[in-house]
Amino acid sequence: MPKITLIQHSGESYTVEAADGATVMEVAIDNDIDGIIGECGGCCSCATCHCYIDPAFLDKIPPRGDLETEMLEFASSEAKVNSRLACQVEITDELEGMVVILPETQL
Amino acid sequence: MQKIVVVGAGHASGQLLDSLRRGGSDAHITLVGEESWLPYQRPPLSKKFLSGELTVERLAFRPKSFYEKHDIHTRLSCRAVSIDRAAQTVSLANGEALDYELLALTTGGRVRKLTVPGAGLTGVHYLRGIDDALGLQADWQGRDKVCVIGGGFVGLEVAASARRLGKNVTVIEMADRLMGRAVSPAMSGYFLGLHTRNGAHVMCSTGVTELVGTHGRVSGIHLSDGREIPADVVVVGIGVLPNQELAREAGLACDNGIMVDEFARTRDPKIVSAGDCTNHPNSLLGRRLRLESVHNALEQAKSAAASLMGEQLVYAQVPWFWSDQYNSKLQMVGLSQGSDFSVQRGNPEEDKFSLFYYRGNALIAIDSVNCPGDHMAGKKLIAAGISPSPGQAADPGFPLKSLL
Repeated sequence: MPKITLIQHSGESYTVEAADGATVMEVAIDNDIDGIIGECGGCCSCATCHCYIDPAFLDKIPPRGDLETEMLEFASSEAKVNSRLACQVEITDELEGMVVILPETQL
Repeated sequence: MQKIVVVGAGHASGQLLDSLRRGGSDAHITLVGEESWLPYQRPPLSKKFLSGELTVERLAFRPKSFYEKHDIHTRLSCRAVSIDRAAQTVSLANGEALDYELLALTTGGRVRKLTVPGAGLTGVHYLRGIDDALGLQADWQGRDKVCVIGGGFVGLEVAASARRLGKNVTVIEMADRLMGRAVSPAMSGYFLGLHTRNGAHVMCSTGVTELVGTHGRVSGIHLSDGREIPADVVVVGIGVLPNQELAREAGLACDNGIMVDEFARTRDPKIVSAGDCTNHPNSLLGRRLRLESVHNALEQAKSAAASLMGEQLVYAQVPWFWSDQYNSKLQMVGLSQGSDFSVQRGNPEEDKFSLFYYRGNALIAIDSVNCPGDHMAGKKLIAAGISPSPGQAADPGFPLKSLL
């Protein structure tokens, strides 16, 4: 299981084991880490699991889908080039060491 | 230590527990749940879970460790049968009684049952909980003809999942259009086309008079027009009733839901209620209503938790809903019933469009198919009381964001 690090807006950082096939949203929820809501349960419908992905890892995950990109435009915190919805990013071994920054707000 | 009992283990319950602990409550908390499962995500049951793309572990609203870490006592497979408000106790089906100082009723809803002859045959399913979904999954294994009674969200999502698995699917809807309670005729028409294109056979304006079977197992459906159609598996999705009896029998006011105020409080200062089971006021809509939605459950639960902690958090939000069917993502914000007219943005033939609903000059709701940008903009516009002109709404080149 790869380890990834989630950093909250406050600076608090959590390095946790992430199960292969889980999404970054699930990793945050499973580890009781504040900053990801995931209101719709992870089906790309609510944009409350917005996160910023370590740019070095962007090419190791499939690119954003059209619907995800549209959702991100209206996310509560500013969308950047490395913005993703955490429910759309699946964990693979390649993501060992990835850092994920959580935004200031999700709602 | 203050004792809080939470009856019901759905979305509202899970959120309420989360909000209590994150809000700093150190109360002794007991969660009572009728099912054997801790709170879980219900929406995938008719979608990715049913089609086999999600495992049961991944449905959990919070992992088991959450309840351990936050010292939440759980009493699962355990039905609450009565509340004694004077003694402040909740009686359980096993004869035990739990004391409470504060009580939360997050009892949700239950499916409306079909009452025609033959409704009790084996092979007739409903879908509300994990056990229902597991039962349906096991039963339609190796069976081909799936008949869905009820063309609402659950029925249509089940139909889409069954089609995804290659089954022969028929949807029977009594009203003259699909999802009639939730969307406009134009949107119903789009979904009728979508299901038909994907190989489901949809019959509207058609009632069911009897289910017939052989050796106790369903084999066919008699329709109101006199026809009989074969069925190997029947799935019924004809609505949800609020679980309000526990409250009503305890003397709390109920009227299509447990009556609560904008802070999710019943008239008993010790008891709050949240989720599908409540009838609540919404100041943005200017009326009371009962909603069956995840958003309602989560947001109202936050208000209920605040009330339990002696704080006040008004629950007044624009309702929103979603449904995934085949490759079409339907997102709805606001309530379109009672609108005067609607305008279309985008193109249904490309499976990418929205309907903007107006009452007078005011935008009151948007239903979007594969247009999450319109949906997200709509959430903000409607909450802020900002209405694009119908001309702006109809022009996909007009940036809705510019109004925010």
